[in-house]
Amino acid sequence: MPVANEPMTETTSRDLFPGALEMMILESLRRQPAHGYALVQHIQQRSNNLLQVEEGSLYPALQRLLKAKLVKAEWGVSSTNRRVRTYQITASGLRRLEQQISSFERMFEGIALVLNPGKSTAN
Amino acid sequence: MNWIPNVHRRRKLYDDLSEEIRLHLEERAEQLMGEGMSPKEAEQGARRAFGNRTLLEEHSREVWQWPAMESIWADMRFALRQLRRSPGFAIAAVLTLALAIGANAVVFGIFNGMILRPLDVPQAESLYGTEYGNNPGWQSYPNYLDLRDRNRSFDGLAAFSFVFPGFDTGKDPSGSSGYTTSGNYFDVLRIQPYLGRFYHAADEHGPNSAPFVVLTHAFWHSRFQDDRGVVGRTVFLNKHPFTILGVAPPGFHGTVSFAFIDFFMPMVNEGQLYGGSELDKRGSNTAVFEIFGHLKPGVTLTQATADVNAVGAYLEKNYPQDFSHKSTPLSRQGLTAFGGAVTAFVAGLMLLAGLILLAACANLGSLFAARASDRSREVALRLALGSSRKRILRGLLTEALLISLAGGALGVLGSVALLRRLSTWQPIAAAPARLPVAPDAKIYLVALLLAVVSGLLFGIVPVRQVLRANPYEIVKAGSSARGGRRITVRDVLLVVQIAICAVLVTSSLVAVRGLARSLRGNFGFEPRNAMLLNADLAQGGYGGDQTSAMKRRIFDAMGTIPGVEHVGWVNDYPPLAYGSNFRSNVYKDETTDLRQANTAATPFRYNISPGYFEAAGTSLLTGRSFSWDDGKGAPAVAVVNREFAVKIFGSVPQAMGRDFKLQDGTRVEVVGVVEDGKYLSLNEDPQPAIFLPALQSPSGAFYMVVRSERDPEQLAAAMRSKMRELDAGLPVTVTSWKAVLSLVLFPSQMATVSLGVLGLMGAMLSITGIFGMAAYSVSKRLRELGIRIALGAPRKEVLQAALGRPLKLLAIGSAAGLILGLLATKVLAYIVYQATPRDPLVLAGVVLAMLLLGIVATWIPAQRALSVDPLILLREE
Repeated sequence: MPVANEPMTETTSRDLFPGALEMMILESLRRQPAHGYALVQHIQQRSNNLLQVEEGSLYPALQRLLKAKLVKAEWGVSSTNRRVRTYQITASGLRRLEQQISSFERMFEGIALVLNPGKSTAN
Repeated sequence: MNWIPNVHRRRKLYDDLSEEIRLHLEERAEQLMGEGMSPKEAEQGARRAFGNRTLLEEHSREVWQWPAMESIWADMRFALRQLRRSPGFAIAAVLTLALAIGANAVVFGIFNGMILRPLDVPQAESLYGTEYGNNPGWQSYPNYLDLRDRNRSFDGLAAFSFVFPGFDTGKDPSGSSGYTTSGNYFDVLRIQPYLGRFYHAADEHGPNSAPFVVLTHAFWHSRFQDDRGVVGRTVFLNKHPFTILGVAPPGFHGTVSFAFIDFFMPMVNEGQLYGGSELDKRGSNTAVFEIFGHLKPGVTLTQATADVNAVGAYLEKNYPQDFSHKSTPLSRQGLTAFGGAVTAFVAGLMLLAGLILLAACANLGSLFAARASDRSREVALRLALGSSRKRILRGLLTEALLISLAGGALGVLGSVALLRRLSTWQPIAAAPARLPVAPDAKIYLVALLLAVVSGLLFGIVPVRQVLRANPYEIVKAGSSARGGRRITVRDVLLVVQIAICAVLVTSSLVAVRGLARSLRGNFGFEPRNAMLLNADLAQGGYGGDQTSAMKRRIFDAMGTIPGVEHVGWVNDYPPLAYGSNFRSNVYKDETTDLRQANTAATPFRYNISPGYFEAAGTSLLTGRSFSWDDGKGAPAVAVVNREFAVKIFGSVPQAMGRDFKLQDGTRVEVVGVVEDGKYLSLNEDPQPAIFLPALQSPSGAFYMVVRSERDPEQLAAAMRSKMRELDAGLPVTVTSWKAVLSLVLFPSQMATVSLGVLGLMGAMLSITGIFGMAAYSVSKRLRELGIRIALGAPRKEVLQAALGRPLKLLAIGSAAGLILGLLATKVLAYIVYQATPRDPLVLAGVVLAMLLLGIVATWIPAQRALSVDPLILLREE
């Protein structure tokens, strides 16, 4: 509950760095096409519930991906017989994911070096 | 751009999105129910997990939008919906702004047309010239030639003057107005003809060598129906043949911006029209109206002015008889000597119109603040539901801007229509003068700017209120919790607005009183029951001694009209006509060196016939007026006014029988003294004037004064028919003397009308302002009032509770405005004759007016407060 006198701030609850959510969505969709709800479940399970993403924040990210034609969407019926809108990764989505993963890994390496200057990057 | 299909596609995208989110929530709720929650709990749980659905949906949609435009569009649609819910408020606000912005646009249009817009010629910004008026020397042709050849600051100097000959194309001769110009006139202006050719300096070879005319485009259109065959045709000016050389370009109507003339002709041919020329007279003060030219590149105005004055000093040294040098100001060509007065007047108007707009903004600002506090619950709810403050403020500002833009559009349409009317209006019946205020694109820009600025101005009033709003408190307590006794922004705005209104009401009352007084003032003649017949015998081909004989015949003919009491004529112009007058240099009898520096006075000079004083209603204080014996060859005599008698001879009795000298050395004996009058303008100090026998100086142009109690229309008809019997081919105009006074009254009439309109608008604004405030305070406190009434409060106390505050604010504002208004009217005194704020009638009028405004504005809210039915009210909650 917010304290009565505290002014409300615009919260987007984005604890992730920009683009992280998109990357995770693409990665999930590479494994298999899914609809929004399933995507949320998948991401939360895979991160051992460490990433507490607001469920709804998935949708603006999905719209951005749709607009950039990195994913495509189709209405259909799920295995549990529900009407769902299933997202599929496109070819350009795959390419973008590769790029992002490699640049993310490079960035991660850099961060690791800064944090642990003594250790080498041996796997 | 495939914008339309895009919109359609987007609609589907949004629908898909909403559906998808709905299904997501459903699925989540089902899962939670599977975990054992009740349906209601499950639904709430699903929502909590999802986050702010509206906001997220909005963010999702934004992905697809052309960002700024679309959210502005959405804001606009929302604002429109809000405004449609309170149409009364919207209409009142739009109309208020339309009036205020319209007033400003009109005033700007006048400013733009009269002052900003240069003459329609190339490089008009470097075109400077002498001002017609009190500059002895520059009205003479020889002095113009010297100035043209001796100055080193101008790229050529041209001169022009006015001429009003009869214009005859072979059928229906009529009066006309034109310029006589130096040969280089068009070349100095750097303009090209629309048709045919212009005349040039090389076409002149001495007096009467260039019988050419160039028509203005408007005259070519109206008189010749755009006939391209006019070039080379012969027309007759005062019965003398002139050849049409060409037509001037459409936008060009001469070098005085408010004079719209018919044609141009070379100055060297002016003598032809009047059987005598002023061109060779160095002492003449009628040959040239103004001299102008382009400053040479790199020459500053100061340098040019010094240069012109140096030439003036040189001329005075060499021609002391004919030239007395006075420092000559140079000004932008176009407004002549009126520039200063026009600028001051228009600046004053702009100030007042700006005040109106400010008052309107204050008015709307307080309305918006009231609206915002009425809507504080709604705002609080939206804030609580996660809408951002920025978004809400943007919505409020969008509303304000919508209103101000609608008001601005309406206002500018009205003002453009008004300016179009104004620009074709001919304020002075017989003079070719119009206000050059036709609107151009700039006015739309200014209106847009004013609309946006005022929209922002009154739109930000409620901002603080919204920023401080605390949704929790407001939702808990309800909107009526606020409203203490503190002084609020709204109170201040109302006081400011009422003060501004009181200033306007005060100044308009002062102006009206001043005008009324100046209409009743003593002019030294009686314009009522006097008809003027104006003609120029030169237009009928009369010359020399014929003129006196013809005027005598007209005089006698007018005297035979039944009901006519007195007839008399004055050569050229009567007093107070069109600002046109002749002055003469006068020397004391003992002065022998008649150089200009030794003049004793420069009185106005009128050449009048016997009977003129009786016809004009000028009373003779002592001595005699003229008789038919004061003709050619008789001793030179004069009647002078009191001011002249006192100035030259010490007193009225001392003046009788004494002599003074004219410029040419003639000794003139004073045979009578008349009362003082007004000669050039209504607000002049007493001026000396002399009256000489018209029979001793023949002239073609004259005004015949006919005094009669008869119906003016019948009298005028009788006068015209007498003239047709005498000479059907002579153009004459017959008007009442009052109509001829319209020019001198024009400035104060304009001032009074515009101040009156602004005052009225101010009054309307304060009515709506007070009304809004009173109505609002009554509606806010309806419950309290109901309880008071239920507990038996007398009507007076209820009214006091409901309206005490607005009325107190009204009193404070009025007092402040009255004081400011009285200070401001000191400025008015320059324009409106005898405008004095220290006038009990004005003071009483302002107090009464404000009181009336207060009563009118609070009447309806007061009725509402008194008719509160406590039962219904208390039941409502």
